[in-house]
Amino acid sequence: MKYLKFLAIGILFGIVMYKSEAASWFRIFEMFRFESFHMYGIIGSALTLGVLGTWLIKKYKLKSIDGEPIKFTPKDKSFSRYMYGGILFGLGWALAGSCPGPIYTLIGAGYISILVVLFGALIGTFLYGVFRGKLPH
Amino acid sequence: MEWILEPWPWYVSGPLIAGIMFLLLFGGKNFGMSSNLRTMCTIGGAGKKADFFAFDWKSQRWNLVVVAGAIIGGFIGANLLSTDTAVIINSETVTTLENMGFESAGEAYLPAELFATDALTDPKSLIILLIGGLLIGFGARYAGGCTSGHAISGLSNLQLPSLIAVAGFFIGGLVMVHLLFPLIF
Repeated sequence: MKYLKFLAIGILFGIVMYKSEAASWFRIFEMFRFESFHMYGIIGSALTLGVLGTWLIKKYKLKSIDGEPIKFTPKDKSFSRYMYGGILFGLGWALAGSCPGPIYTLIGAGYISILVVLFGALIGTFLYGVFRGKLPH
Repeated sequence: MEWILEPWPWYVSGPLIAGIMFLLLFGGKNFGMSSNLRTMCTIGGAGKKADFFAFDWKSQRWNLVVVAGAIIGGFIGANLLSTDTAVIINSETVTTLENMGFESAGEAYLPAELFATDALTDPKSLIILLIGGLLIGFGARYAGGCTSGHAISGLSNLQLPSLIAVAGFFIGGLVMVHLLFPLIF
């Protein structure tokens, strides 16, 4: 059952997204109005530890549990795709109040209406796949 | 152990999110949730319409298992680990939202005006959720990642593309909340 560990990680992720309130539309709105430190504290503390841990993994060339070196795949260098794509994503993040992870958390929490957001996200992904050749990257 | 039923503060939640990223790294994978949307499109047959979806989705099965876990985790968080699910946001934010017509601000986890099941019969709510989803899906793939892939994984690895993407996330979010919300709500 090599997938069991990923199920456990997913469950932990779902619980953390719910209990941190990062899956709450209200928290996202409040963040973009700069009226609470909460979301900035979450992202900031995750990043501080993330930067430190990533540095340690590279410095000591740590291996995964399968004994493979831990790989970080660098993203392609570009400006336009990250800026344009980022802005579109940000518009959706604020409007629907959730990003791709919390969508699943909210399904589990029992919000049927979030399925509309998931449906929209699938259509959006599909449209990107169809039109990506015509977009500046 | 009473605290566990309360909302978790940022200094508990943030480190746990970093921990999830490291668990995945040590499991030989990278933390990124939006790529699952592409996988689901591929499973649905989108590979026939665009080459972007013509890939072996089975290599992404582990991430779909993470998705299944996130659904279970959401159920556990809401039903077993919470006594009161109201999100206590800043009182100024509550006042702003009430003036915009969100009566549920400060009293619910999600705004009932958009997410209550009976709000689905309101065409305006439905269109907002659908367009929000469209932008999330399109934007995340265009930018090559979302909050988990860019803002957490990418920035932790000090990648310039992720910094540009996260700047974009915030420009988009600020434009939506400050310029477009007054027109929408």
